[in-house]
Amino acid sequence: MRDTKDFKFMRDVMMAAINDLAAIHEDVVYLDADLSSCIGAGSFQKLYPDRFYNCGIAEGNMVAVAAGLSSAGLTPFAHSFGVFASRRAYDQAFLSVGYAKRCVHLLGSDPGVNATYNGGTHMPFEDIALMRQIPGMIVIEPSDAQSLYELTLQVYDSGKASYTRFPRKTIAHRYPLGTKIELGKGIELADGGDLAIVATGQVMVDAATKAVELLAQKGIKATLVDLHTIRPLDTDLIDKVAKRTGHVLVCENGRYAGGVGEMIAGYLAKTYPVKMDFVNVGERFGEVGNLDYLTKTFGFTPEHIAEVGESLAKR
Amino acid sequence: MLEDLQTLKLKALEIRKLTIEEIGNFGSGHIGGSMSIVEMLTYLYYHEMRIDPKNPQKEDRDRFVCSKGHAGPAVYATLASKGYFPVEMLMTLNQGGTKLPSHCDMTKTPGVDFTGGSLGQGFSAAVGIALGQKIRHFDQSRTFAVIGDGESQEGEIWEAAETAAMWKLDNLIAFTDFNRLQLDGRTEDIICMDGIETRWQGFGWHVQRICGHNFEMIDDAVQRAKRTPGRPHMIIMDTQKSHGFIPGEKTEKNHSMAFNLEQAKEAVKELYEREGVQA
Repeated sequence: MRDTKDFKFMRDVMMAAINDLAAIHEDVVYLDADLSSCIGAGSFQKLYPDRFYNCGIAEGNMVAVAAGLSSAGLTPFAHSFGVFASRRAYDQAFLSVGYAKRCVHLLGSDPGVNATYNGGTHMPFEDIALMRQIPGMIVIEPSDAQSLYELTLQVYDSGKASYTRFPRKTIAHRYPLGTKIELGKGIELADGGDLAIVATGQVMVDAATKAVELLAQKGIKATLVDLHTIRPLDTDLIDKVAKRTGHVLVCENGRYAGGVGEMIAGYLAKTYPVKMDFVNVGERFGEVGNLDYLTKTFGFTPEHIAEVGESLAKR
Repeated sequence: MLEDLQTLKLKALEIRKLTIEEIGNFGSGHIGGSMSIVEMLTYLYYHEMRIDPKNPQKEDRDRFVCSKGHAGPAVYATLASKGYFPVEMLMTLNQGGTKLPSHCDMTKTPGVDFTGGSLGQGFSAAVGIALGQKIRHFDQSRTFAVIGDGESQEGEIWEAAETAAMWKLDNLIAFTDFNRLQLDGRTEDIICMDGIETRWQGFGWHVQRICGHNFEMIDDAVQRAKRTPGRPHMIIMDTQKSHGFIPGEKTEKNHSMAFNLEQAKEAVKELYEREGVQA
């Protein structure tokens, strides 16, 4: 176990986790599609040159090669930007990984608006929906350094295929070493009774944390869940917070269609229907800009989340 | 000189019989591209590959990937004859709950080393398996794979080709079933695959071209590949689609054909007569 409190970027946390796994497990191999320097995978290449393979700009081939490596008894981590790791290599992820039951860990960096200056072509809003269509695929989006580190170790231990979406350049230190972080179990950051905010990923959990404070100033007590594991859904926790509050607001750095909000709405429709609302990108494509501009443009701000939350709590 | 030539020829005949009857029993199937690779399958499973049907998951075994996954029926006939599962199971092809689906599926069929069906992907996976054998220092292990000439229209084939050459995967011996037909017709009328040898050479592969129905040429090419270090190997096999299923040899519409078990048995009889072998 490693304490990540001194890390400056999420990409370094991801590579530390993979490097630490590779130190213990000889089956860990790393693949990239010409973006290895973007997440600092040179550290892995330096430590384990025989287990590092740059597949070039050919993401579909990379993912099916990874599936083949899995057949040969190895455990590949394969990285590209989220748009390419999901959309570009989707058939390979679906068939050669999912259908063929291969244990491959796909890493999609810069989820949603985190793609900032790479712009709309590089903004995965739909990767959660795509990966949710693959039976058995674990989907995670940790909101901070320690949870990214620990969940990467845990997803390796699970022996199941996974997709992790994570920002490269930002960081949050939300959970000190020793916090209980468990794959498949969301973390309750607040437990108010008027409204439950379920947020996924760093941008949304950061904003929602501040939104909870804004709501408190107005006398609205909110629950806040960091849903770091999107799939499998922590149904016990969702049921619990829905019953506690009767109002659930789902915030995600991506699309509603097929995303976290739709997944939770679909689940609660069966178990405990409550009043719901959603903060997401709606029907828009991505666009270029800095994170401040983009979070304002798409309404991923504490103020907007609090505003939507307040009106939901009063319904 | 191939000492077991006669044995291989008889075994290929048996695999053709099983394939034809397997498809006939179901009523239709991918007969053309199954029949065109029977000599290659027979050679690999009965002469070349280091495999044990009683231990199909042995880690350092040789692997075979049928990237043109629709040739599943011929792969299944070969595996059944080899003892991976009972020959009677062939009669379950494509029936609900079967372990023998139309396209090769590693999660269902004993002995199938990778899933095919979405063309191009099996070939990438074969590159991954060959790379894995290298990483794990299985120095005696090889990965064999077959792709179609139509399948070679997929961009992924060439993505896989460039990685295999870059990584010097000389333990990867691949075949192209160059039968000049694809589902919609002749490759030359759809996407012409002429110059296939120079394409592979340009990608840095060791390339040979042979008749895919000639065991001695298959043997010579595979053994020559094994003696040629530093590059992955492509053996382009000129083949006849539906070779040995005589009704299919008479038409170009032989990618998938409908025929019943009675017609299958008649076709097998006709084949054995042509080969001068007692059924």
